[in-house]
Amino acid sequence: MVAALLSWATLPTFADARDGFFGPTNIFAPDSTPAHSIFRLSIFELEVEGAIFVVVFSLLAYAITKFRQRKNDDDSEPPQVYGSNQMELAWTVLPVLIVVVLFLTTAQVIHRVQDARRPPGTIEVTVVAHQFWWEFRYPQYGFVASNELHVPLSAPQLPTPTFLALQSADVDHSFWVPRLAGKTDLIPNHPNTMWIDPQETGLFLGQCSQYCGVQHAKMLQRVYVQSREEFNKWVHAQQQPAASDPAVASGSALFITKACFACHTVRGTIAAGIVGPDLTHLMSRDTIGSGAVPLTPENLRQWVHNPASFKPGSLMPAPDITEQELDQITAYLLTLR
Amino acid sequence: MASESIALRVHKSPLHVVYECVATADHKKIGLMYIVYALLFLVVMGIEAILMRIQLSHANATFLSPEVFNRLFTLHGTTGVFFVAMPILFGFGNYLVPLMIGARDMAFPRLNAFSFWMTAFGGFFLYASFFAGGGLSQAGSAPDVGWFAYAPLTSPTFSPGHSTDYWTLSLLLAGVGSIGAAVNFIATILCMRCPGMTLSRMPLLAWMNLVMGGLILVTISPLTAAQLMLMADRYIGGHFFDTAAGGSVVMWMHFFWIFGHPEVYVLIIPCFGFVSEIVPVFSRKAMFGYPAMVAASVSIGFVSLGVWAHHMFTVGMPSYGNAFFVLTTMVVAVPTGIKIFNWLATIWGGKIRFATPMLFCIGFLFQFLIAGLTGIMLATAPFDWQLSASYFVVAHFHYVIVGGILFTIFAGFYYWYPKITGRMLNETLGKWHFWIFLIGFHLTFDFMHIPGLLGMPRRVYTYEAGRGWETWNMISSIGAIFQAAGILIFVYNMIVSYFHGALAGNDPWDAWTLEWATTSPPPDYNFAGVPAVRSRRPLWDIKHPDDPDWKYE
Repeated sequence: MVAALLSWATLPTFADARDGFFGPTNIFAPDSTPAHSIFRLSIFELEVEGAIFVVVFSLLAYAITKFRQRKNDDDSEPPQVYGSNQMELAWTVLPVLIVVVLFLTTAQVIHRVQDARRPPGTIEVTVVAHQFWWEFRYPQYGFVASNELHVPLSAPQLPTPTFLALQSADVDHSFWVPRLAGKTDLIPNHPNTMWIDPQETGLFLGQCSQYCGVQHAKMLQRVYVQSREEFNKWVHAQQQPAASDPAVASGSALFITKACFACHTVRGTIAAGIVGPDLTHLMSRDTIGSGAVPLTPENLRQWVHNPASFKPGSLMPAPDITEQELDQITAYLLTLR
Repeated sequence: MASESIALRVHKSPLHVVYECVATADHKKIGLMYIVYALLFLVVMGIEAILMRIQLSHANATFLSPEVFNRLFTLHGTTGVFFVAMPILFGFGNYLVPLMIGARDMAFPRLNAFSFWMTAFGGFFLYASFFAGGGLSQAGSAPDVGWFAYAPLTSPTFSPGHSTDYWTLSLLLAGVGSIGAAVNFIATILCMRCPGMTLSRMPLLAWMNLVMGGLILVTISPLTAAQLMLMADRYIGGHFFDTAAGGSVVMWMHFFWIFGHPEVYVLIIPCFGFVSEIVPVFSRKAMFGYPAMVAASVSIGFVSLGVWAHHMFTVGMPSYGNAFFVLTTMVVAVPTGIKIFNWLATIWGGKIRFATPMLFCIGFLFQFLIAGLTGIMLATAPFDWQLSASYFVVAHFHYVIVGGILFTIFAGFYYWYPKITGRMLNETLGKWHFWIFLIGFHLTFDFMHIPGLLGMPRRVYTYEAGRGWETWNMISSIGAIFQAAGILIFVYNMIVSYFHGALAGNDPWDAWTLEWATTSPPPDYNFAGVPAVRSRRPLWDIKHPDDPDWKYE
């Protein structure tokens, strides 16, 4: 019954759940094998526990209604019962059996998800978490992207899952995109892995779920699942060095003289900082500040002017520049497609 | 006799009361100080909770800055565990255990006072960080690393200044106090029982405090060790949690949770004791399956020492490691189930009196059932990969701590207040307190599970609109208002009843354990003569000489 209720409430209506009542990060709307395995296990468990709940709840409710002291009671004490070994045995053995069943089912799912092997065609991405943004390295393709993860669709007949090697550059973080998989932490000097094989194209949301400091709340995640062709196109575009437009030369010079390059990389220029997100293809992204605000020219200008206005606690300092310089840097950034 | 001692109480000058508090080594006065101290911090943490609920009631709120919000949840958690729940239970234990086992005081009265003052100092020290944490150059700042303070967020790199040191030192101090209290409970319960009170005739509340004491000895030690390691890392170049120098931040997690999980049982096991005293009296029946209850509690204590890494299913343990901790954690469900069934069987066939203490215990039974079931969901590692560190977890442990622990503590207040003060708490206000708090509790914490299922992580100071979280958060925030109202009624009831409550007499509930054999409040020496018992319910034997318990036990 629980399964029916939940799948009615979630699966068909909100498979494409961006605007659904239950939102885009519902764990009961899985779209990838690990999330599916967890979903099925959780439904089984909810059914078992639902049955336990109904039985014990009814017994308790019955007892407190049936055995209440009546108005016309003679105030004598009820018969004293001190215990019963048979009953103790019964309510020990039954839970033991339930625990055995639940444990075996669980162990199976743990093994299936955690010990999965990589099929040929696996996409490898190294995820490096930073306060408070995400770095995605694609070693097979030789480029680095930031904050918005792109992965290809994994078709059942030809699975191309994405394996994520999880690392942290500073403190503990956690990778959690509920519709694709459970969360796994990113811990300094403690590499972890997880995998996803999304079955549908679209945008999947999530966010850091291990407290990592002031702006833990706005360390958002966006996973773009694309068809293989779209993904290849995206990879090809990302592999190119940054566009170089002489019209914004003053902005690109300021990028260096105002020390932006100390933290940011723009491939094809001398900017090779690794503290902040790679900006080579900044304008290919939909958001800035790891999902904090949509990437529009106005927001970008405001972000460069004072990142804290969108994301207080962001480690990017507000640069000491004039309004005119701000316009020039923004104009330059807008050309990084 | 009762009214006489109340009269004596009223005439003391305030200065005299202060002097008595500072100088006393009497278990009852120390118990009361623990309780008053904890209630003070309960109000403080409640205010912190309300502020956070206002901030979370709608999306993109700007009521609090992220810095302030992070301090609030750190202090709310640390205060709740170390300076509300533990002291309040130590307080009740201190007051009740000697009375229930027919002793005149705790085994080590001076250690008892020392333990209280250490704990008390720890709490005040934590809050001193508000004024001193930032050092001279800043206005002060409280700890903001979360109540389990995962490394390396606590390293000098990420947490400069002294706020984290205040956190560390306050837990060290409180830890010393807790260990002192635990030693005292164990020694008292093992060595100070009155003639005839064998371990198998001891009230369950005393048994539960014995288990709690044992757990504290085992679990506070790693916490203290971890705090010392953290201090060494921060000040004398230790590298325990410094990954750049080969340290391990996962080690902090192990140290913290080998303390942190049994800590839950440190808190709830004494509450099991409250329920096991109150439910029989108000059902008018002997505790069903006393030996099974003792065995279940002791085994919960032991098993709880082997479950800690279920807090770490997402940190990347190997699959067999995860499976091991799934099994150990699920095993806890068995003795826990035994306890629920025995309470149910105690009610069964009784004549239930719905006085306020019993109402809170019945609330506990239902809520603890739900908290146990959500606990099994979290024990299921794969399910936990989704639920861990989400609002589902927050809802789950508040179900345990508020729905389980706080409800039984309220039951304990209504039940033993007459013994402690000599006057009854007002029953009408008590029922208002119960129902309003019950409504608030369910509004807040039932609905708090849902945003967790919908992907909302804990410890976020705000969230964007359109994630499907707003409605549930708004309902949770509204519930907080009801809870606050309930607490206000409770505090009002305690103050008014202290002066105007009906006189209690020695034994207002027609109960069966030894504390009801002496006056209310009890004299300094507790009992005029050392009592002797022949069964688990000595007062039943006296009230029913024709049908005493000792014939059957």
